Amino acid sequence: MILAISSAIIGTFTVLRKRSLVGDAVSHAVLPGVALGFILRGEKDPIILLVGAFITGYLSLLLIDLITKRTRIKEDTAIALVLSFFFGIGIMLLVHIQQMSNSGHGYRDFAGLNSFLFGSAASIGDQDIYMFSIILLVIVIVVRLFYKEFKLLSFDETFAQTIGINIKFIQFLMTSLTVLAVVAGIQSVGVVLMSAMLITPPAIGRFWTNNLQKMLFIAIFVSVLSSYVGAIVTTETGVPTGPFIVGLLTLLALLSFFFSPKRGLAFKVIQKRKHKIKMLEENILKTFYHLGEENHSFDLPYTKKDILQKREFHEQKLNYGLKLLKRHRYIKISGQELTLTKAGITKGQRITKIHRLWELYLTKYLRIAPDHVHEDAENIEHIITPELEEKLEKLLEYPETDPHSKEIPYRQKPKK
Amino acid sequence: MNEYAIDIGLIVLIITACLVAIPCALLGTYLVLRKTVMIGDAISHAVLPGIAIAYLVTLSFDSWFMILGASIMGFFTTFLVEFLSKNGRLQADAAIGVTFTGLFALGVILISVYLSDTDLDQDCVLYGDISDIPNLMEGNNKIPPTVYKLSILNISTLLFVIVFYKQLFITTFDPQFASSTGISANKWHYILMGMVSITTVTAFDAVGAILVVGFLVLPAATAYLLTEKLNKMLWLSVGFGVSGSILGCLFAEYVLDTSTAAAIILMIGIQFALVFVLSPTQGIFKHVFKKAKTKKLSH
Repeated sequence: MILAISSAIIGTFTVLRKRSLVGDAVSHAVLPGVALGFILRGEKDPIILLVGAFITGYLSLLLIDLITKRTRIKEDTAIALVLSFFFGIGIMLLVHIQQMSNSGHGYRDFAGLNSFLFGSAASIGDQDIYMFSIILLVIVIVVRLFYKEFKLLSFDETFAQTIGINIKFIQFLMTSLTVLAVVAGIQSVGVVLMSAMLITPPAIGRFWTNNLQKMLFIAIFVSVLSSYVGAIVTTETGVPTGPFIVGLLTLLALLSFFFSPKRGLAFKVIQKRKHKIKMLEENILKTFYHLGEENHSFDLPYTKKDILQKREFHEQKLNYGLKLLKRHRYIKISGQELTLTKAGITKGQRITKIHRLWELYLTKYLRIAPDHVHEDAENIEHIITPELEEKLEKLLEYPETDPHSKEIPYRQKPKK
Repeated sequence: MNEYAIDIGLIVLIITACLVAIPCALLGTYLVLRKTVMIGDAISHAVLPGIAIAYLVTLSFDSWFMILGASIMGFFTTFLVEFLSKNGRLQADAAIGVTFTGLFALGVILISVYLSDTDLDQDCVLYGDISDIPNLMEGNNKIPPTVYKLSILNISTLLFVIVFYKQLFITTFDPQFASSTGISANKWHYILMGMVSITTVTAFDAVGAILVVGFLVLPAATAYLLTEKLNKMLWLSVGFGVSGSILGCLFAEYVLDTSTAAAIILMIGIQFALVFVLSPTQGIFKHVFKKAKTKKLSH
């Protein structure tokens, strides 16, 4: 759980800096360090293992930087390259250790090392917990101290540079913290899935908020929650801890992807539907208004047939739209006869006005041929807000006719 | 007599390793050029649940179902990454990270819960057991199924690269031009990723899900340091893959008793390091080469 907090904090910054996959590389790259540490000491000494992990993890980051800067190889290739190379070496050493211990060359405590691959909450001893707490403390303190700098660097690197922040130093700090967080995490989550602990919680946070502080808290909360549940469930059932936690996190991520307000998919679908309905309603009202214009009176009743003659609608959609319009009291229905209410007239007039104003605007300011502006106006008329409407009127100086020399209807006759 | 048997085993081992390396090197070249390496990485992780589910459904290690399951997972991954990054306002890298770790976790859970008593264990997932292949053969003197599958894979990948050379070339270097001539860049993206999934799952027995990334990227990246021509790059990439495989097998046989697949990665990696340092146009010492050239010219 401690590790969950630290990785969530660091992860937030890495995700924001679009360097999520770097964390992935580091978490793979610590493996040879762990294995080497083990070979050198001959037993599982957490401090030596962590130091080894830190060194190789850091080395991998330096190599990625070097390769991307010096050659034409792009960052993603460099990451994959370093990652697989280090991981290959790590596996090689691990298998070697395994073979040695199988043939009785006596490395004790091998099982503890294997947990670095997939993680197991059960393998963590008291000494490890002590270490993790220190690491977490360091991370929290450093982030607290340099919160402003980190924030700037994550969002606007060039600006940070111009106001004189030592970018190199802050980057170094961030990188070190990343490596530290990964190193602390691998034993309970495992090398392969450590990157999920870095990436997924902040990604979840990102769905819910744009505020860095809130994002940090959400990320921490989510990852602590799933680690807690994960630890309890897995110690009872023997499922590997890391995959379980990550599975939970991914599930949460998918849920927030679909259902979070504003960014979630469900929300977007609803919004789209709402907009479509609005368009349908407004288009019908506009048609009513046009019919009214032709007959110089807006109170006359019309039938569905009249409307369909003026403008094409899908039959079912038209029925649905009319029902809604009635509910919203824009029209009155008696038998076959449909009449606009006062509110309906006003609304139809407004849409027509915006449509024509926009056509005029396009021809006048963008010099688009009059026969091309209709389509665009069809779309924009549903979007323009009252404020924009007013601005358009002022800009065009309350014109009387549109490019097709149709009268532009105003609610009150404009004062000239 | 005994020594003779070992040699045969070693040769089979080397051949198998090369059979893994060649299609990976070919496809890897395109991944590197298209900057979609990390999606390849994601796919290689994501085939795991595909394999596990295929096993749970059919209750056998019948390879065709596995390939089918893994290919579906591969497509699914590619689709999910695109979907998340387009609709979710998530950056592409974060989308990749979320997707593949989630799928991989699912795979590991499935394997450890339902398949713990089969020979598909967690270690095998990580680094495969290519060195077992000769042992299999010695038992009944037949070509082991993995080698058989890998050969088919080689032939189909080669055909794929040769027959569709033009389409792959255009969509890789100029996707816009490609679409203007009626070749859908998107379609080819998915086809290529499908090939990558098939390759990954076929190579899975031999080298595991994670090290296969090394087989994909390392030779291709090494070749990329030396040339810009696609044609040459493909050849070089295959060359590096094959030589790395041979060296790796020898290394694991004579120097250090360890996983052969990992040793191959080490060797290919060392090749990369050498080229990185010495490459005349891209290496660390490129300015030395330039100086020598200007000296020559001034004489």
